[in-house]
Amino acid sequence: MSETDFTSNEMMTIAASRALKNTDVCFVGIGAPSAACNIARLTHAPDVTLIYESGTIGTAPQVLPLSIGDGELCDTAVTTVSVPEMFRYWLQGGRVTVGFLGAAQIDRFGNINTTVIGDYDHPKTRLPGGGGAPEIASSCGEIFITLKQSKRAMVDKIDFFTSFGHGEGRDHRQRLGITTKGPTLMVTDLAVWKPDPVTREFTVVSMHPGVTREMVQAECGWTVRFADKLEETPAPTGIELSTLRDLNARTKAAHSGGKTGEAA
Amino acid sequence: MAQFMTLPEAVAQNLNSGDTAAFEGFTHLIPHASAHEAIRQGIKDLTLVRMTPDVVYDQLIGMGAVKKLIFSYAGNPGVGLLRRLRDSVENGWPHAIEIEEHSHAAMANAYEAGAAGLPFAAFRGYKGAELARVNPNIRSVTCPFTGEELAAVPAIRPDVTFIHAQKADRKGNVLIEGIVGVQKEAVLAAKRSVVTVEEIVDDLDAHPNACVLPGWAVTAICLVPGGAHPSYAHGYYSRDNASYIAWDKIAAERDTFLAWMKENVLDARPEDFADRIKHLRSAA
Repeated sequence: MSETDFTSNEMMTIAASRALKNTDVCFVGIGAPSAACNIARLTHAPDVTLIYESGTIGTAPQVLPLSIGDGELCDTAVTTVSVPEMFRYWLQGGRVTVGFLGAAQIDRFGNINTTVIGDYDHPKTRLPGGGGAPEIASSCGEIFITLKQSKRAMVDKIDFFTSFGHGEGRDHRQRLGITTKGPTLMVTDLAVWKPDPVTREFTVVSMHPGVTREMVQAECGWTVRFADKLEETPAPTGIELSTLRDLNARTKAAHSGGKTGEAA
Repeated sequence: MAQFMTLPEAVAQNLNSGDTAAFEGFTHLIPHASAHEAIRQGIKDLTLVRMTPDVVYDQLIGMGAVKKLIFSYAGNPGVGLLRRLRDSVENGWPHAIEIEEHSHAAMANAYEAGAAGLPFAAFRGYKGAELARVNPNIRSVTCPFTGEELAAVPAIRPDVTFIHAQKADRKGNVLIEGIVGVQKEAVLAAKRSVVTVEEIVDDLDAHPNACVLPGWAVTAICLVPGGAHPSYAHGYYSRDNASYIAWDKIAAERDTFLAWMKENVLDARPEDFADRIKHLRSAA
């Protein structure tokens, strides 16, 4: 049974969640990816292994963490390891099948910028930086990306290559000696995108219910390519939608708990 | 051998203007009380190291204590950007700081190399990443066995590392539980170390494989209950997410920031932290 009353954000999270398999070992980025990964775990992929870079392996939080290191992640994890172990043994060691990332700025080849808007030395906006993403992007088996579309986020040229996607396209990863697949999927609030098998440019393969080509193009800074066989993303099921809404409600209640802090 | 002392004494004896200092904590166990004491003592020109500088580094930067920042992710996790850091980098207020930026993998490896007494760390990273263009400390080394080119970064060797932990026993052995982050490496990489703890006990009651720093590997221990707030101490009190959310607004303007710092840091004492976590007690 599918629902007709849902927001584009809900559609994005649910479509992204469907990409994870029960057997995946997934390195979870904070924000939109975290919601998608936990919806996967709470619906079709109960045994998916979720890893947060704070060292929590196999975590199953009841509420979405605000940070990558909320205590909830450790409480519910199979094990919690040190940060050097996380990056050396588990990520660099090749144990992670999927890295799930968000993006402040992205180009058509899945290269991501989370470092600066403008010039590096004199930035217009100083963003947080790469964190774990540069090595997540090269060491995970493949990369899924999820973000809300806007012309500000999806640009012709990113200001800084924080994390390498397909570079200039085609075999650019192989030329740099990167053996993993890189970005294989992007889910936005409007569509599902996959890289063209030859050029590696992200191509719309499926549009969410009610979305038109013009709507996708209007919120994207490059000229969008659409697959010949363009599909419609299946609408959220009742279970998917109620699971997401319950999770969001629990999360909201948890993070506004206690008095609002006058002492940070 | 670890010496027990007050936090003002430990900061005065172990942190000097111009030092390279790490106040480590990966979301969990962030040593807020120690950083606040450093601000109160007017320490300046610090080279600050941390993988995830967040609210407390925003405070140090906004108060003008920092010359240079070595880091891999500077943000208020789940909330947004660091507004005092941005004001320094984008507008030079209160002064421009120097930036040395890495990835998490690089920083974690560099701390480990520091703890291991090695001059540098080698790892598989930075492939295609532009940080290598803007940070001259990101270089490469060729594996003598396979010929593979690997990324290389210098070891992190702080003059002093500050961490917060759950407990110490009376000999100064320190137990860290939960998300242990990179604290053990950061202490062992440093010349000196100061550990604030929630409590001092007769027996750590630790599992044989627990993360324990022996007292002889630590310089100073200070009893500061609540000293991680608004970060948390697993088993003692939970993360004050509401305070992290509130910080975004406090730090947005220079005036509100300075007023908050005066009230909550300059005119406060380490003992005040115990009150700040009363409403957060476990729960966790």
